[in-house]
Amino acid sequence: MKILVCISNVPDTTSKINFTDGDTKFDTNGVQFVINPNDEFGLTRAMWFKEKQGATVHIATVGDASVEPTMRKALAIGADEGIRINAVPTDGFFVAEQLANVINDGGYDLVIAGRESIDYNGGMVPGILASLLGYNFINTCIGLEVEGDTATATREIDGGKEKVEAALPAVIGGQKGLVEESDLKIPNMRGIMMARKKALNVVEPVDATKATVDSKFEKPAPKGAVKLTDSVDELVSLLHNEAKVI
Amino acid sequence: MSILVYTESENGKYKKSAFEVASYAKTVADQMGTTATAISFNASEGESLGNYGVSKVLNIAGDQFNTFNAEAYAKTIAQAVEKEGATTVIVSSSANAKYLAPLLAAKLKAGYAPNVVEAPSCTAPLTVKRTAFSNKGFAHTEITTDKKIIGVSNNAYGINEIGGSASVEEFSAQIEDGDFAVKSLEVDKVAGKVSIADADIVVSGGRGLKGPENWGMIEELAEVLGAATACSKPVSDMGWRPHGEHVGQTGKPVASNLYIAIGISGAIQHLAGVSASKTKVVINNDAEAPFFKAADYGIVGDAFEVVPQLVEKLKEFKAQNA
Repeated sequence: MKILVCISNVPDTTSKINFTDGDTKFDTNGVQFVINPNDEFGLTRAMWFKEKQGATVHIATVGDASVEPTMRKALAIGADEGIRINAVPTDGFFVAEQLANVINDGGYDLVIAGRESIDYNGGMVPGILASLLGYNFINTCIGLEVEGDTATATREIDGGKEKVEAALPAVIGGQKGLVEESDLKIPNMRGIMMARKKALNVVEPVDATKATVDSKFEKPAPKGAVKLTDSVDELVSLLHNEAKVI
Repeated sequence: MSILVYTESENGKYKKSAFEVASYAKTVADQMGTTATAISFNASEGESLGNYGVSKVLNIAGDQFNTFNAEAYAKTIAQAVEKEGATTVIVSSSANAKYLAPLLAAKLKAGYAPNVVEAPSCTAPLTVKRTAFSNKGFAHTEITTDKKIIGVSNNAYGINEIGGSASVEEFSAQIEDGDFAVKSLEVDKVAGKVSIADADIVVSGGRGLKGPENWGMIEELAEVLGAATACSKPVSDMGWRPHGEHVGQTGKPVASNLYIAIGISGAIQHLAGVSASKTKVVINNDAEAPFFKAADYGIVGDAFEVVPQLVEKLKEFKAQNA
C-alpha cells in the first residue's frame, strides 16, 4: 500500500495571532510553525500502516523553502519521502490542484489529509482533492482500517458517529481519534539523523485556480471584564435578566 | 439567477440550522435583488420555510437519501444549481454540510467560504467575514468565481421569522449507484441527546473535576438546562470522556448561546474553540485561571459545592418559569 499524507505548515496551537501590512497578512514574527495537528493524527495512523501492513508513506506540502523544517519533522517521525510543491499556498482550490498533480503521477492507494488546517480553517482541500482525482472521500475520520482494497472508517457526525466503507483509492479527512494523543510521536535522534538523508523532492507548481482571496484580517474585539459573583441565585438572575440566555 | 440554500432535515423535520441558513439566504437574495430557493432531502413541511423568507422549496424524495451521502447529495445539489440558474449556494456548518460543500465546490468550480458570521459586506466582489485561525481572528474573504458557496457558522447570524409560505416542488436528480460508493454501514447516535453543534447551551467539564466518576453533576446540570455536555482536551486525552465531547482548537468548535465551563482553567486553544459562544460562565476555584479573563460571568468557588447548588436553583427557576 502506498500512502500520501498531505501536511500543512501551521502556527503552533499556543500562538498569539497578529496581522501585519495594514491587516492584510498574518504576522509570522516570533511564531513557531508545526505540522497541522489534524494532519499529524493522519501521519501517525499512516506510521501504523507502515509498521503493521508494510505501507510506504510519502508526505506532500505546498509551500516555499520555509516549510522544510516541518517536513523534516514528518520524515523524522517516519515518513519515507517528501514532496514539496514550491509555491506559497493561496487558497483551497490552488492547494488541492497542486496536490492532485503530484498524486496523479504517484500511484497512491490512500491519501490522508487533515479535515482542516488550524490557521485558515478552509476545510476544503481533502474534498476538492478527492473530486479532482475521482477518488472516494471520507471526512472527519476518527478511525481507519484498510483490508485489501477496502477502507473502513469511522467518521464523526453531529451527535454521534458513523461507520462507512469505501474502495481504494480514497482520500481521508482526518482528525483526532485516528490515533490517540498519546500515540503521537516525538522524533528521536535516530529519526532526525535518518530524516536528513531522506529524499525531499521539490516540484514546481502547475497553473491553478484561485477562487477566494482573503483581502483583510481582523482580531476579535477585546472582551469586557468578567462579572464575578459568589451566589448561584445572582448567577441565575444575571443569566435570565441580563444575558437572556435561560 | 437565484440563491439556493441547502436546508438540512432529520427524520423529515428541519433542523434549527435550516431556519438560520434560510434566513441568511433571504438576506443575500435581497442584497442581490433575487429570491431564495431551498433544497432539502425527504423533508416534510417545506412550506414552513416561507416563514424564513424562502420562496420555493425543491424537495428530493427517495429512500436512498434517508442516510446522508456526501457525494450523492452534492451531485443532486449541483444539478439543482444548474436547473435554477443559481449563482450562490448557502450551506450550514454541520459536519455533513462541511463534508459535502468541498465536493460541491469542485463540481461547480465555485469558491467556498466556510464559517461565515455575517451577511456579505459587498456583493461585487462577494465579500464575507469568516472566522479564521481557529477563532483567534477573522478573515474578510472575496469569492472571485462565477458560482459561490457560503458556509454559515452555527448560531452566528440568527433566525429571522418574516411570515409566509413557500411553494414546494418535487425535484429528482440523475444519480447513479456509483455516487453511493462510500457506503454507510452503521450510524450510532445517542437518542434524545442534543449534540454540541445543535445545542443552545453547552455544559463543559475540565480536569478540575478530578475524575470521570464526578461527571454526574455535569450531566445533571446539562439535563436541567437541556444542554449538551462537553469537555476540555486533557479530559478527553485521559479517556474520562469520549473524544466527541472534546471542544477546543483541535476538537469541536462551540458557538452556543451559553457556555458553562466547570473546572477548566482556559488554555489558549480551549478559549479559541469556544470563543464564538455568546455568553460564557466560568466556575473555578482558582481566581487566577485564565478563563476568567475570557468569561462574562464567573464564580470563584469549589465546583463540588457550586454545581449542585446551581442545579437546585435552576430546578426552582425552571419550575417557576415553566
